[in-house]
Amino acid sequence: QKVSVEVLDHLEHLALVDFRDTEGVERLQAAIQFADQLHEVNTDGVEPMDSVLEDRCLYLREDDVTEGNCTKELLENAREKVEEYFVAPPGNIPLPKLEERDTFLQGS
Amino acid sequence: MAARGCAGAWRRGWQRGRALPGPAPAPFPRGQRAVACNARGGAVPAGESGDLAPWVPVVGLEIHAQISSNSKLFSGSQVQFAAPPNSLVSFFDASLPGTLPVLNRRCVEAAVMTGLALNCSINKKSLFDRKHYFYADLPAGYQITQQRVPIAVNGSLSYSLCIDNKMSQMVTKTVRIKQIQLEQDSGKSLHDDTRSQTLVDLNRAGVGLMEVVMEPDMCCGEEAAAAVRELQLILQTLGSSQAVMAEGQLRVDANVSVHHPGEPYGVRTEVKNINSIRFLAKAVDYEIQRQIEELENGGTILNETRAFDSKLGCTVPMRDKEGKQDYRFMPEPNLPPLILYDAKSLPANMNHQQVINIDWIHERLPDLPSVKREKLVEQYGILPEHSFALLNEDGLAEFYENVVKQTQMKPKRVIGWVLNDLLSYLKQHSLTVKESPVSSFLLADLLNLLEKKEISSTAAKQVLAELWKGEGKTPLEIVKEQKLQLLQDQEELEQICQAVIDRQENE
Repeated sequence: QKVSVEVLDHLEHLALVDFRDTEGVERLQAAIQFADQLHEVNTDGVEPMDSVLEDRCLYLREDDVTEGNCTKELLENAREKVEEYFVAPPGNIPLPKLEERDTFLQGS
Repeated sequence: MAARGCAGAWRRGWQRGRALPGPAPAPFPRGQRAVACNARGGAVPAGESGDLAPWVPVVGLEIHAQISSNSKLFSGSQVQFAAPPNSLVSFFDASLPGTLPVLNRRCVEAAVMTGLALNCSINKKSLFDRKHYFYADLPAGYQITQQRVPIAVNGSLSYSLCIDNKMSQMVTKTVRIKQIQLEQDSGKSLHDDTRSQTLVDLNRAGVGLMEVVMEPDMCCGEEAAAAVRELQLILQTLGSSQAVMAEGQLRVDANVSVHHPGEPYGVRTEVKNINSIRFLAKAVDYEIQRQIEELENGGTILNETRAFDSKLGCTVPMRDKEGKQDYRFMPEPNLPPLILYDAKSLPANMNHQQVINIDWIHERLPDLPSVKREKLVEQYGILPEHSFALLNEDGLAEFYENVVKQTQMKPKRVIGWVLNDLLSYLKQHSLTVKESPVSSFLLADLLNLLEKKEISSTAAKQVLAELWKGEGKTPLEIVKEQKLQLLQDQEELEQICQAVIDRQENE
């Protein structure tokens, strides 16, 4: 079962990935097929496991101030800064709609 | 437009609409009352004309309370309101690769306390999830929250409302708490429209939040405001959050919809950017009215997010919302489940710093505001409205009790002086109880003079006005200065009366 163009477009919007070409899409479909093998296992009456850490103890930290005060170091990573603030565009720039952007998905 | 209880506003709304063409709607079936508020609110009969069906507003609140702690939820950087930008940020807060979340014990305790105070069931096992969305002040591209199994569920919050504006009749209402979850706060975005850019400060990124989700049991701005006010008092009493709205420690989003009784719920809008309890009431009432008018004019309500504009007193659609968000929730892979214990399940051989005992916390909960109010009524014989007013002002209850301790005047008489005279002075000059130039000692001193009948009630008010100047004089000194003592001597009084009579006769 193939993944529809609508879903691919939706994924590109949500995750800002770029499937780039047919190979990228095929790789996605292969990954889904691989994961679908999980359905072959009968899980009736079995609690879902959502983390292999489920038996580990969640470590609780004391409420002490032990970090911070490294403004200069953090800002070294910033391409643009204004007076110790990071600079970002005025708002989210959403990916243009399918019809309006240059993507191979249009042809599919 | 102030909503004086739910009755007034919605009747006005009904009468304002245009008469619709077509036959009048059938009258309500026998045995059913047309209600303006939903079942949990006060039921109000519909207008008599019946040519316009009543509307039932539905209000649900999502409240984010910043946890009062030294360090953040998952990192050791400091929590502080005003600080140089990006100075309270750790590598984890900035989402630098290779960093991991480490849970702060104090934040868990704060959430358990709050859950217990709100009558919730505490989940002994709760889970953390990632909620994905892109925004400049969310460096990781996701927020760690508790979407599937939060720390507390199924609680309730009771709050009081005045039936009329005179505060003489109070009614108790309840709103159900769906859940309380622990989650990270985001950084702050400062929009610089002139240079078309956003400045990002991550000091707030990663601060612990408790999200309190209320069921849509409320029906108007007044109820919403009263519920939030009570929650604020509870949080401040517990110390789990300082809950100061002006400093962003308590943020409220309102979900509002309207429908006709008996019909399914209408489309709801989310209202954000509400910065005070007063504005919360206004925003909710405005949005209800806007939706009613829109629907009565044949329009539809969009499932959108709107911002409250406090200057204009209205809600406007929010920019930057690209339709329905898909948050792609997934379990937080770096955090095992959070396990809490109680007296029965306490593990024997664990380091007790790693163990949170729900029962231990329960035993040490302080008296909640509702309990404090009852105790004041019982102990001093004052009315519920009085104790409500005492707790509504920070430090006032303590002040009152101190005065009562230091005076022979009956507590029932003292309350009038504290609530009417003292409180109105404070309000007029925008002072807090702590800043009062008249201390509880001075007021008690004054009331003693009144109690011993050394001065009259009117004189006492005069002395208080003088004390207010804060010049350091005692009540007795002022009485002597202004010659306000009541004359007790029979002979002296007779002489004065005789003199007045004589003067009259001579004119």
